[in-house]
Amino acid sequence: MDRLPRWADLTLVPLVSLLFAAIISALVLLAIGQSPTEALKVMVDGALGSPYGWGYTLYYATSFIFTGLAVTVAFHAGLFNIGGEGQAQLGGLGVALVCLSLPWPHWTVALLAATCGAALFGAAWAAIPAYLQAKRGSHIVITTIMFNYIAAALLVFVLVDVLRPTGQMDPASARFPVGAQLPALNDIPGFNLIFQRPVPANVTLLIALAMAVVVWALLWRTRLGYQIRAFGKSEAAAKYAGINPVRITIIAMLISGGLAGMMSINNVMGEAERLLQNSSEGAGFIGIAVALMGRNHPFGVVLAALLFGFLYQGGAELGLWTSIPIEMRIVVQGLVILFTGALDMMVRMLLERVFGLFRSAKAVRAG
Amino acid sequence: MDYATLLQVLDTTVRLATPLLLACLAGLYSERAGIFDIGLEGKMLSAAMSAGAVAALTGSAWAGLLAGIGASMLFALLHGIAAITFRGNQLISGVALNFLASGLTVLIAQALFRQGGRTPPLTGEARFNPVTLPGAEALREVPLIGPLYFEVISGHSVLVYIAFLIVPLTWWVLFRTRFGLRLRAVGENPAAVDTAGVSVIGLRFAAVAITGVLCGLAGAYMATALQAGFGREMTAGRGYIALAALIFAKWRPVAAMWACLLFGFFQALALRPDVVQAVVQVKVPVPLLDALPYILTVLVLAGFVGKAIPPRAGGQPYVKER
Repeated sequence: MDRLPRWADLTLVPLVSLLFAAIISALVLLAIGQSPTEALKVMVDGALGSPYGWGYTLYYATSFIFTGLAVTVAFHAGLFNIGGEGQAQLGGLGVALVCLSLPWPHWTVALLAATCGAALFGAAWAAIPAYLQAKRGSHIVITTIMFNYIAAALLVFVLVDVLRPTGQMDPASARFPVGAQLPALNDIPGFNLIFQRPVPANVTLLIALAMAVVVWALLWRTRLGYQIRAFGKSEAAAKYAGINPVRITIIAMLISGGLAGMMSINNVMGEAERLLQNSSEGAGFIGIAVALMGRNHPFGVVLAALLFGFLYQGGAELGLWTSIPIEMRIVVQGLVILFTGALDMMVRMLLERVFGLFRSAKAVRAG
Repeated sequence: MDYATLLQVLDTTVRLATPLLLACLAGLYSERAGIFDIGLEGKMLSAAMSAGAVAALTGSAWAGLLAGIGASMLFALLHGIAAITFRGNQLISGVALNFLASGLTVLIAQALFRQGGRTPPLTGEARFNPVTLPGAEALREVPLIGPLYFEVISGHSVLVYIAFLIVPLTWWVLFRTRFGLRLRAVGENPAAVDTAGVSVIGLRFAAVAITGVLCGLAGAYMATALQAGFGREMTAGRGYIALAALIFAKWRPVAAMWACLLFGFFQALALRPDVVQAVVQVKVPVPLLDALPYILTVLVLAGFVGKAIPPRAGGQPYVKER
């Protein structure tokens, strides 16, 4: 069987996978008696048709860049971190504790501290599964799933019994002080020319983009990144080259958990301005789809995060303006993971066959 | 805690342990054959929706059960195609199918009934109603054993008894039949099975299909016996707790039953914080009780409560030598 050229492997495989997911989504819509073209129109209008729509698309994309990068770093070390959701929720707790601890004088100081808090809490939540994988051989996938549930229970306890102000009914923390409120894109000079109405997308977007560059540099331009990738490719070879598997497993998971935790500065500090129950709203899981779709490359992750941002904002618009339930976006998310992650081989085999046909046709003409 | 309260808690334990047990046994077949399946949750959910919908439409719980098994089998088949035929990543396939089920169930239920993604409440023959075992009424007055038999053992739906009967059946199939031997072998060393001239792919598909049937039973039980109809995300992570129980039980059927009963007991306790408080004399936060099965599983995985060694070829696609 012929191998695919590199450009086809990088672009065609994800695009064809996406096409398959889109076709099946359209079939699902037809099956429940809805019009796919109408749905697409509502999604495009709502998510891309106005600066207000972009504001939401970019807001979601910001969270997904963080969680996508988190999954990516772990993937490169050969680890499948499904715990992004729990790590993000703990990150939210970190953000809330930092924001509520002091009357912050200026948002820049608060942002710096909250970012550290988010990353620290997220990393801490990834540390135990990492240690158990590295030292005691328990499977990281199962432990991180368990830690998602434990995180959810912990957050319920903290919000109901610890952080909830007296007299308040709903399980949420107090509102953050004014000094800890982040400027939205419509508050930032330059951006406010585009975004004239208040939008949820905020300054965190810039941090997310910076993190994508940092992760790229880390993975491909540092010794640690090389060790992570070598370990992910072949544990035996990495060990032979003197790479300590325990150390790499733990470091990769700490970075991964830290990145997942950092998404909380976007939603908790930038948007809700207090800690709510289930603050991450599944963004941790979308990171899996984003990383797969982005082929585990930070720049691919940014593109895939934008795509999923569109999908999420568009899906919300569907729920608002049509009788298509908002859950449609979970279906699309599942299909994207299925085709880009699990049926990868099928897409590849299909493309290889197509390329093989082209090549033999060329050979016939040449001969 | 008095005896009557204890019996109440145990009765709830049995009811809550049943879907866990069915899903856990489902996972057991799959993982023993070397196919990881974190999609138990999705299969249960799709089965619950189909069972709830068909039972509501036909008025027959048995028709619902068949529909539930059908839906679950469809997801199992998809997992098989991704994991066995195309040698895809089994974990990712499971995650994908869970999302697919989570979204599709609401979409379909909403398209069919327009009740906010629920199926209509079931009554009468559309539900599996409690069965009173022979002699339960007569023995009720016997001290200690009588109430235990009447409250805890008798009075469940027929699916509960089926679930507990599948435990010895699974033990017998796995450890006393040729099929079971081959199934276990294909999870440990598929090359050896292939050398013996037995189809690895066929065996693995058979195992995945059994997983589908059992998850179908679990989901149908949720929608037509434990509760009266399907609601969104009604399985609430039970597929993952079942997975936890499977590891806790070290992939053995009888131990799986005890593990599921234990986790069911925790779920029953989480419903009765007043009882817990009366027993331990300290206020225990309900979230802690909710989290107990997961914490326990982590402890088991960490090797503090005996070492859990999974089937050796688990998660690896089999490539035939040429």
